[in-house]
Amino acid sequence: MINLLKRYRFFLAMVLINLILLWLNLEAGLRSFKISADNMLQVFLIIPPIFILLGLLDIWVKRETMIKWMGESSGLLGITIAFLLGSFAAGPLYAAFPVAGVLLNKGSRFSNIIIFIGAWSTTKIPMLLFETSTMGWRFMLIRFILDIFGITAIAYLTEKIMTTQEKEIIYEKANMLG
Amino acid sequence: MTGLLLFISFRKDRKKTIQGLRKSWKAFENILPLFLSIIMIIGLGLAFLSPQVISKWIGEKSGWLGIAAAAFIGSVTLIPGWITFPLAAVLLKSGAGFIQITVFVSTSMMVGVVTIPVEIRYLGRKVAVFRNTLALVFSFIVSLIMWEVLK
Repeated sequence: MINLLKRYRFFLAMVLINLILLWLNLEAGLRSFKISADNMLQVFLIIPPIFILLGLLDIWVKRETMIKWMGESSGLLGITIAFLLGSFAAGPLYAAFPVAGVLLNKGSRFSNIIIFIGAWSTTKIPMLLFETSTMGWRFMLIRFILDIFGITAIAYLTEKIMTTQEKEIIYEKANMLG
Repeated sequence: MTGLLLFISFRKDRKKTIQGLRKSWKAFENILPLFLSIIMIIGLGLAFLSPQVISKWIGEKSGWLGIAAAAFIGSVTLIPGWITFPLAAVLLKSGAGFIQITVFVSTSMMVGVVTIPVEIRYLGRKVAVFRNTLALVFSFIVSLIMWEVLK
């Protein structure tokens, strides 16, 4: 029980702050609670399936397979799979990181993981459709093309600044968390 | 889709599936406190940053300060796309600067300051900070190119 309280202390502190806000400014406090409640509903609807898929991925996809698909020498195939995985995903960006952890643990190349996160954040298919309907197809298309190059560039630069040792630490951490 | 895959998995190997689900639960339970905290922070942030406030900051004739404000709001908050795009479209129609809007759209998707604790937990501090910084710089580049192309 105490352990549970300790783990959720930051969350409880946030709830407390929100309650204080409610007391100081009823309107803002209510708005904040409403937004949080909506988002929590999303967490409990969208995120559990993501974690279930993550568990299934963990047991069914062999490490060797993942290395072939997204590993160190997967090349263009790995980049494409990283983009597709991220683009067909659903859910907020913070849900992408646990998935990234499992992919790392299975032996994906580091830059492919950063591409996956970039795709999840920016080139999700439903979002692109929505963007087209609000901003027009030219806006969407130009941004989409630029993003593909940008995401790839960011991924390679990020991989470049990492030393082998730093990468090993991250792989180890992924192993522990998974 | 998840249900279908879960069903197939169960048919194929019950024991393995349960083992996988146990892993799912562990991973979920592990990160849940952080997720819930982030949701509360987002709620508190958005309670103050209503669409009206955002419009005022990055609206018409907001200039350089507006671009900075757009990058700031986009980076710090985690606004879902179904709010970002309609808001961006409305702002653009009401005369907001094009660069402000594209910076806002791009940073709100790619840069996540609020979610950085989750990113650090899985990828480490260096990667998280570096990736977000690059994404911020890239958002400016995208905006300039799009402005050149679409103006």
